[in-house]
Amino acid sequence: MNAIIEVNQLKRVFGQNRAVDGITFHVEQGEVFGLLGPNGAGKTTTVRLLNGILPPSEGTARIFGLDPATHGEDIRRRTGVLTETPALYERLSARENLEFFATLQGIPEADLSRRVDEMLEFFELASRAKDKVETFSKGMKQRLALARALIHKPPLLFLDEPTSGLDPEAAQQVNDLIANLTSANGQTVVLATHNLFEAQRLCDRVAVMNKGRILALGSLKELSRKLWHVTWVDITFHVKPSENVAGSLKALHGVIQASAEGEALAVQVENEDVIPEVIRHLVNTGESILRVNPRDYTLEDIYFALQAGEA
Amino acid sequence: MNWRSIWAIARKDLKEVRQNKVAWGPAIAIPLIFAILMPILFSVLPQVMPVEDIQRELGDMETLMKNLPPSIQAIFEGLKLEQMFVLYMTAFMLAPLFLIMPLMFSSVVGADSFVGERERKTMEALLYSPATDMELFLGKVLAAVIPSIALSWLTYLVYIIAVNVASYELFGRIWFPLPTWWPLMFWLTPAFALLGISATVLVSSRVKTFMEAYQLSGSLVVLVLALVLGQVSGVLFLGVGTVMILGTLIWIVDGVLIYLSIRNFKRSSLIAKL
Repeated sequence: MNAIIEVNQLKRVFGQNRAVDGITFHVEQGEVFGLLGPNGAGKTTTVRLLNGILPPSEGTARIFGLDPATHGEDIRRRTGVLTETPALYERLSARENLEFFATLQGIPEADLSRRVDEMLEFFELASRAKDKVETFSKGMKQRLALARALIHKPPLLFLDEPTSGLDPEAAQQVNDLIANLTSANGQTVVLATHNLFEAQRLCDRVAVMNKGRILALGSLKELSRKLWHVTWVDITFHVKPSENVAGSLKALHGVIQASAEGEALAVQVENEDVIPEVIRHLVNTGESILRVNPRDYTLEDIYFALQAGEA
Repeated sequence: MNWRSIWAIARKDLKEVRQNKVAWGPAIAIPLIFAILMPILFSVLPQVMPVEDIQRELGDMETLMKNLPPSIQAIFEGLKLEQMFVLYMTAFMLAPLFLIMPLMFSSVVGADSFVGERERKTMEALLYSPATDMELFLGKVLAAVIPSIALSWLTYLVYIIAVNVASYELFGRIWFPLPTWWPLMFWLTPAFALLGISATVLVSSRVKTFMEAYQLSGSLVVLVLALVLGQVSGVLFLGVGTVMILGTLIWIVDGVLIYLSIRNFKRSSLIAKL
């Protein structure tokens, strides 16, 4: 294991409000890790704590082995952050924005112009490089903000609600860019979002947060197992199956329940190992199977189950 | 200390302020009035005014001059009535008004830089940069102080030329600036520029908008008006000694305000206000 982020019982309190309340997790190199939760769950505060913008009230964090509370500058030199709002200088041009942040990130003067050109080209903004940012669409601003976060090639990227406020097309474009970045460059990404579809598509593992706490942590599969312990399989037949097909399946070991409707049959089993046994039984009884689909839980199912449990 | 980052922040802030017409409108208008319009007015007026009107004015002036320090009175000795009027108005009465410029310029840039950045929601990205709190602070202060001083000095230069050109026919020589103006330009003006920005930084933590910060820090102009009133009433006169003492006091106040500003300028408190 090569953990880039290690967080242990991290807390941040503002007056009576526990914005982050004793969270523990780690993120490995090259992983896309999601922080999921509603507004006020503590995602943004976590990103701020990990970048040394805010000191913790309690607990520890290590980023690249460094403590953000004491080595904030060193950490921020190696991280890129896409903030929830693009936070761009609207009165300046796209080029001026990138040049400014490239300078702050310590890119040498000799490489600065070439690096800015590369980023403008990559994010398809080269033709508008000299235009003031205030004339850009939301999608263009978000691409420019992403270019700013990546200008110094950081090994660790924090993306805070990267598609917030974007129309579906622009959001799709930004998500594609993120997916390309992680697969092509092997960057580690922490994605703070309440967009479950986005998280399911991009994240290897997620931490579901609410009221500053982590409710569950793991991959989609791990979270499904933790929550439901059972698997559903949907079977479609070529012709309508016999009347007692559901009843005969219930007699099998590992089958919890089954119900048929027309050419469709839904079977709940204890685990995926039972599914071949179910198929074998149906073939032996002369049923003509057209399709077998083990049912996957979506992140949405998991998220709402967790949040409902919390409520 | 990374001076490349500091200059980058200062340059960026200035580029941004340059685009803010609300900020630059008065900053251009006031030097034009002070440096060109007023000296021409006060230099040409006695050349076209009836002598009896000037005498009436000088009647009041004579009373004032009795209260002046002997060294200042010596400057007026041997001058014609019209020359005395021009000298009194351009070299003494207008002098404190020039301190409005460094105060106003640095307040405008400071308000745009410290509060405007928060108002426009651009502060967060800056806080995620590796620049230290001190580098951020210095970059923003330099963005306000350097152009304020430079613009003030440029206004002085234009004023010096305008006064000499407009009154050349009357004096027949280049007579301005008087020695009292050197400490005014090079000791008191930078002190006032720093006073404007340090007051703005302190105010910035308590206000939400650029205009609020600008208006609050702009209330420091009362200090300048007090100096003008002091001169008119004869209570305080801006001779070399007075300017040096006043400058020293303002520098001390600057030091205290800057110390307090640095202590308050922390990432963690800035981000909490976003």
